[in-house]
Amino acid sequence: MASPTSSAITLTVNGDKHELTVDHRTTLLDALRERLDLTGSKKGCDQGQCGACTVLIDGRRAVSCLQLAVAAEGREITTIEGMADGEELHPVQQAFLDLDGFQCGYCTPGQICSAVGVIAEHAAGWPSAVTEDVRPEAGPPPLTPDEIRERMSGNLCRCGAYVSIAQAVARAAGAESEAVRETGEAA
Amino acid sequence: MREFGYQRASDVSGALAVLDADPDARFIGGGTNLVDLMKTGVERPSRLVDVRELPLDEIAVTRDGGLRIGATVTNSDLAAHPEVRRRYPALAQAVLAGASGQLRNMATVGGNLLQRTRCAYFTDVTKPCNKREPGTGCPAVEGEHRNHAILGASGHCVAVHPSDMGVALTAFDAVVSYETAQGPGETPLADFYLPVGDTPHRETALPPGALITGVTLPPAPVAARSRYRKVRERASYAFAIGSVAAALDVRDNVVRDVRLAFGAVASRPWRARAAERALTGGPATAEAFAAAADAELAAAEPLRDNGYKVTLIRNLVVAVLSELAEEDAR
Repeated sequence: MASPTSSAITLTVNGDKHELTVDHRTTLLDALRERLDLTGSKKGCDQGQCGACTVLIDGRRAVSCLQLAVAAEGREITTIEGMADGEELHPVQQAFLDLDGFQCGYCTPGQICSAVGVIAEHAAGWPSAVTEDVRPEAGPPPLTPDEIRERMSGNLCRCGAYVSIAQAVARAAGAESEAVRETGEAA
Repeated sequence: MREFGYQRASDVSGALAVLDADPDARFIGGGTNLVDLMKTGVERPSRLVDVRELPLDEIAVTRDGGLRIGATVTNSDLAAHPEVRRRYPALAQAVLAGASGQLRNMATVGGNLLQRTRCAYFTDVTKPCNKREPGTGCPAVEGEHRNHAILGASGHCVAVHPSDMGVALTAFDAVVSYETAQGPGETPLADFYLPVGDTPHRETALPPGALITGVTLPPAPVAARSRYRKVRERASYAFAIGSVAAALDVRDNVVRDVRLAFGAVASRPWRARAAERALTGGPATAEAFAAAADAELAAAEPLRDNGYKVTLIRNLVVAVLSELAEEDAR
């Protein structure tokens, strides 16, 4: 029994509605890059392992390479192009610039989108795999460097800029004091 | 990738009708495993029925104090839920130990149970694989099998089930609910995954075309003190090479109740019932924990390169149970 293999859809990206017809095989990543000219989201592995294609879907970070475009209709998609407020950079973008949270820059859009998600998840009280006590009575864990590294582990950086990436996330989250406490450095 | 049809299900009966009429159709939830397998040609569905918007995304405490978890609850929402973290902390830990933040936001509970093995021969369509193409053989038996099964495997397939979530669910006696076009049904997770035998391509007891609607955890006071420990080849974002979900209730240094399950050792999450029997009513000592692990692992049949898992699981059991016993003593 044959059924159509493409659909006319409306994608809402960074607040703008785009009408397009997509082959159902099209991933959100390919739709963004090839159809909507939003090339900030990067294709690294194309199998959900590197995080370079990370965007926010309904405010939550997701890898756009494993998200079918047709299944993203009706959801609010935010890409790196939608992070800044006009000329005003998002605090995470500014922190990556100020602290050199990158080298070649290829993974950076995904790192930044992921970090925005991490900060929101932490603010919502979500524990992580390195949280000592996940019971709600224990309260939310401080955003230590270990917590940041665990929560950001879905984003690979082949240049190895992790030290400054973790610092940038901490600064943007207002968690630099936790970082200092943990490493025992003088403020 | 094969071309495919796509539709969104707005109700369960509509979703079931599509698969009833077209056995090559598949349900898709988060798609984090299915889309990946479609890209490589391992999965070639004729059409996808998107079930993510079905009203199956609730987590509720049941009247008897257990939990009912809807099939489309995301991994993230499951791990963040206060009642999961309070009543079954090892389940929250297991979910958080799996995949990455991005994938946990997409992936669903139903899909987690139905995810496929990450055996490199299974995921490579240029290689023989009895699970993917019955009768073609299993190169892993003599080939690359460092992360393959030590328990319950057969000469036809030695792949492991990759789920972390499933290990904790197995330890806590989860029951899987499903719907078919012919009506509803349920299966304890302990019976959900079929023995490998000579049919590794038949993975679950779900009837054809069935849709998982949820998972129910019976009340388990012992689970309030529970832990999931996962060992992997890097610090984060990797599949387990061995894991343990455990819960322990000790009074006066006697084990009153214990739950134990292993991950990455078999084609399914492995409930360690022999170890539980060995421990119950006995002393809560490191020696007893090791003896219990040995009782379970006596059935292990490691391959050439994965004998390390026997030692790994034994050590994990002793470490995790010792930590829980220490907490109990406080």
